Amino acid sequence: MSDNRPRFGPPHRPPPFLERGTYIQRRVMDAARLLPLLGVFLLALPLLWPAGTEAAPATSRTLTYIFGVWTVLIVAAAFLAYRLGRGEGARGRDAADG
Amino acid sequence: MGKRVLLVEDEPNIIEAIRFILNRDGWRVHTHSDGRDAVNVVRQTRPDVLILDVMLPGKSGYDILRELRTEFAEAELPVLMLTARGQMKDRELAERAGASRFMTKPFSNADMLEAVRSLAGA
Amino acid sequence: MSTLNILIAVCATYVIFLFLIAFMAERAAMRGRGHWLRSPVVYTLSLSIYCTGWTFYGAVGNAARSGLEYVTIYLGPTLVMVGWWWVLRKLVRIGRTQRVTSIADLISSRYGKSNTLAVGVTILAVIAITPYIALQLQSVTLAFEVFANEAAAEAGTAIGQAQDQTALWVALGLALFTVIFGTRNLDANERHHGVVMAIAVEAVVKLTALLAVGVFVVWGLGGGVSATLERIDASALGHWQMNGGRWVGMTLLSAAAFLCLPRMFQVLVVENDDEGHLRTASWAFPLYLMLMSLFVLPIAVTGLDLMPVGTNPDTFVLTVPLSQGKEGLAMLSFLGGFSSATSMVIVAAIALSTMVSNHIVMPVWLRVSGGGAKVSGDVRHVVLLSRRLSIVGIVLLGYFYYRLSGGGEALTAIGLVSFAGIAQVLPVLLGGIFWRGATRTGAMAGLTVGFGLWLYTSFVPSFGAGMVFSEALLSHGPLGLYWLRPEALFGIQGMDPTLHALLWSMSLSTITFFVISLITFPAPLERLQAAQFVSIYQHTGGPRSWTGGVAQTEDLMIMTQRILGSHEAQALFQREARRQGLSGDLPEPTPEFLELLERELSGSVGAATAHAMIAQIVGGMQVSVEDLMAVADETAQIMEYSARLEAQSEELSRTARQLREANRKLTRLSVQKDAFLSQISHELRTPMTSIRAFSEILRDSAELAPEDQVKYASIIHDEAIRLTRLLDDLLDLSVLENGQVNLNIRQGRLGAVLDRAADAAMASEAGRKLTLVRKAKSEDFVLTTDLDRLSQVFINLINNARKYCDADNPRLEIRVFRGEDRIFLDFVDNGTGIAAEARDLIFEKFARVSDQRAGGAGLGLAICRQIMRRLGGEISYLAGESGAAFRVILPAEVAMAAE
Repeated sequence: MSDNRPRFGPPHRPPPFLERGTYIQRRVMDAARLLPLLGVFLLALPLLWPAGTEAAPATSRTLTYIFGVWTVLIVAAAFLAYRLGRGEGARGRDAADG
Repeated sequence: MGKRVLLVEDEPNIIEAIRFILNRDGWRVHTHSDGRDAVNVVRQTRPDVLILDVMLPGKSGYDILRELRTEFAEAELPVLMLTARGQMKDRELAERAGASRFMTKPFSNADMLEAVRSLAGA
Repeated sequence: MSTLNILIAVCATYVIFLFLIAFMAERAAMRGRGHWLRSPVVYTLSLSIYCTGWTFYGAVGNAARSGLEYVTIYLGPTLVMVGWWWVLRKLVRIGRTQRVTSIADLISSRYGKSNTLAVGVTILAVIAITPYIALQLQSVTLAFEVFANEAAAEAGTAIGQAQDQTALWVALGLALFTVIFGTRNLDANERHHGVVMAIAVEAVVKLTALLAVGVFVVWGLGGGVSATLERIDASALGHWQMNGGRWVGMTLLSAAAFLCLPRMFQVLVVENDDEGHLRTASWAFPLYLMLMSLFVLPIAVTGLDLMPVGTNPDTFVLTVPLSQGKEGLAMLSFLGGFSSATSMVIVAAIALSTMVSNHIVMPVWLRVSGGGAKVSGDVRHVVLLSRRLSIVGIVLLGYFYYRLSGGGEALTAIGLVSFAGIAQVLPVLLGGIFWRGATRTGAMAGLTVGFGLWLYTSFVPSFGAGMVFSEALLSHGPLGLYWLRPEALFGIQGMDPTLHALLWSMSLSTITFFVISLITFPAPLERLQAAQFVSIYQHTGGPRSWTGGVAQTEDLMIMTQRILGSHEAQALFQREARRQGLSGDLPEPTPEFLELLERELSGSVGAATAHAMIAQIVGGMQVSVEDLMAVADETAQIMEYSARLEAQSEELSRTARQLREANRKLTRLSVQKDAFLSQISHELRTPMTSIRAFSEILRDSAELAPEDQVKYASIIHDEAIRLTRLLDDLLDLSVLENGQVNLNIRQGRLGAVLDRAADAAMASEAGRKLTLVRKAKSEDFVLTTDLDRLSQVFINLINNARKYCDADNPRLEIRVFRGEDRIFLDFVDNGTGIAAEARDLIFEKFARVSDQRAGGAGLGLAICRQIMRRLGGEISYLAGESGAAFRVILPAEVAMAAE
């Protein structure tokens, strides 16, 4: 009698350990999330520099710094976009939202 | 005489009474109390007159009669129907089923005797 | 030929060239060869409408005034693009899955498809963007003026009042272009291939122009990179002198505006063709922005060095090359600025006109025309007309603003006021896509507060003292309320005006939005939409291409789920897929299937709406506002109505079932009642027959043997008793049924009562031998009730078992057990029991399960039932036992504790 009762298994859960590729893909997504925060930090940094006094750094140096950060952000974003794109193509839609 | 009557009835006291009345008049009375095999019993005993109660265990008197009337050999058999429900509806039902006569319980012994005699003589 | 005339000729040629590009792109798209039109590069370039005439000219002016601050306007969008994984990805996904047509549509859709909210956002956008459009016209006019002055200086004549005419002609030309290419293809996706292609080309032109001027300045005039840097350090802008608040505030503001500006939303979300494009744009667009801003500071410093004091720094991009006699370069630079201005106006006009038309004009038109847009072509025509009129209206509004404001303000200032206005949408937008608890009322309140504060602290004061707000009001507050001074709210003084406005409007609107959302409860449709928006990734698959039948079917699926519920929708689609012989769950959108689907949907939302909804996805018909409104209203109503209907129909069917049941019983009962007289007649006549027959025999037969006389007399006697008993039963039942019964309440042990009943039942000779199975212990308690009546019930049950139990060795088990408030006595025999259909009849009068003559008149159980009712208990047939089983239930209060 009790054997006839329908059994409900545990709800479907992803396996606790992901295969290497998926794991790396997840970390790439984390990096994509962190990148703008890094950008905010780096771009807010000049605010701590002395300003308006003689000790203030020359504009050319600030200019170089800001455009340097800018370039770093662009290169990092391009790298992440490339990795994310490759991952997407390989795995389809399953892990699109990490 | 020695004519045979088959009485199909399930109340033992009524059987006793009718048997007594008819025996005294010189009839041989066979009795049967079950409706289900009543038709077979009629075929085997081939009575001169059949007294048939309506309320029988297993099968109603009307059904038995209808079955008998469809068989050629028994089509002419005189049948006296007895019923304890004295309504017009029952009388009609009995006539339609092919009863020769119809009597309502309780009946007088003389009426019963007269009915059986006239059915046998007809 | 003067420079001015050449300029006009070049300009005209350029415009014709743009028309051609847009036209060809449109044609290619229509012929299905437009795949290359939709590359990530084109998408990235189309984003460049962020860089308007304001940024083209104004950035240099800004740099000349406040140094490096100008980069914040580019850094904000850079951070948003680099952080696309957070917000943009979600926005684009929502925009695509929910078929959003504008930012007002997105917000309205998220908050329960509220048209009020859409109207609010639309009005806010129009008010905030109109100055911005004026700004573009002004920048073009300013540029013309530079050349005109040059020409006038050459010719030695005074320039006429040509400015206003220039602005008007530009405005009309832009309106024409936008009407032609912006309202050309009214497909559901609101994508404009021609426009996007044209602005992509313009993006290249403006970047090239600015880079060319920059290269000329750095290498042509400045003598290389290091020399230019030295020159910068030597200038007035040579030292880092950033106001921290402005640095952060401007970055934040530009990031917010980048997300919220209707034209940015248009190119980012609405025109987006493939989520993958966003990935490319995430780095390519920041690169574009960096290149755009790379030479701004050098140009500014060079301009300050070379140009005479008093030259408007906003025009350095033009005046510096002109002053060096590089007219060709200046011309290119002019085209760059022209491109920046025109592309912005075109896309802004498209975005705003969509909003104005969909959320304001169409609802009004529908109401005025009685809402009866039955014919699809009719609506389509009206939508087109309304869009076109809206475009012309918006561009002209910008023109009039330009005329009225006189075009005096520095470009950057107007731009920032606009930015701050449109940024008010940000809390509601982000709250909507990340927070399920955001409600319509909260959004409405937040927007109102933000909008109001922006008007008060930023927009109106921007006209200058004495225009709308009097000098006194600005310096002393309204009605002398010092704390409410528009530019120093709550006593915060000396703060940058933009920052001040931003701080108050954004913080207070955000707080209002959250608090009101927390204390209000969303409508069902809002909650549905909230779930869909916030967890958009769970509702849709990963990025996928937007082409092919499956994509369309998925859309149909999503829509069907929203209407039928996911379970039904999935079942429907699976069934169809199986019918088509496909292995997956998504069928091909064949005409038959669409027809079927439409029928299914029309059951829920009405035929017209269902038709419109399917047509919207499958294509071939424009989304009419009527559809949107109908869906918005109907869905909410239907959800409530159908829930009520469901409850009602359930109750109805329950009642119907009960009625049917009652009717069936009545029919059976009436047959039985009809038979009642005939039954009574039968039951009475049978014993009377014997009595009459034998009494006649006794009377008429003198010669009877004495033993026969005794026998017949005793038959008469027995039958007379039987008659009496029958009459007793009938009277008993009648008394019980009429409630005239006097109960004789006494105390006694249940065991004893059962003993007596068993003895009485077994004593009668009729019936078979019956084994009783009892448990003395369970019966060992005292009852306070009418013991005789109870005993009568027991006798009846035991007798019934004797008469009707058809087992070889009849056995009756009496089980007694006590529940919480009741006592149960089960009488279960080992026979075959009573057929299910007869179970509810056996308690009726004269009911006998079979024709079997068993000595009773069929009143026993009817009497039992009446007795039990009188005793406060009940008797019922106990289903589920193998034999016949009756359950007698007594209320617990008749029992006393076992002694």
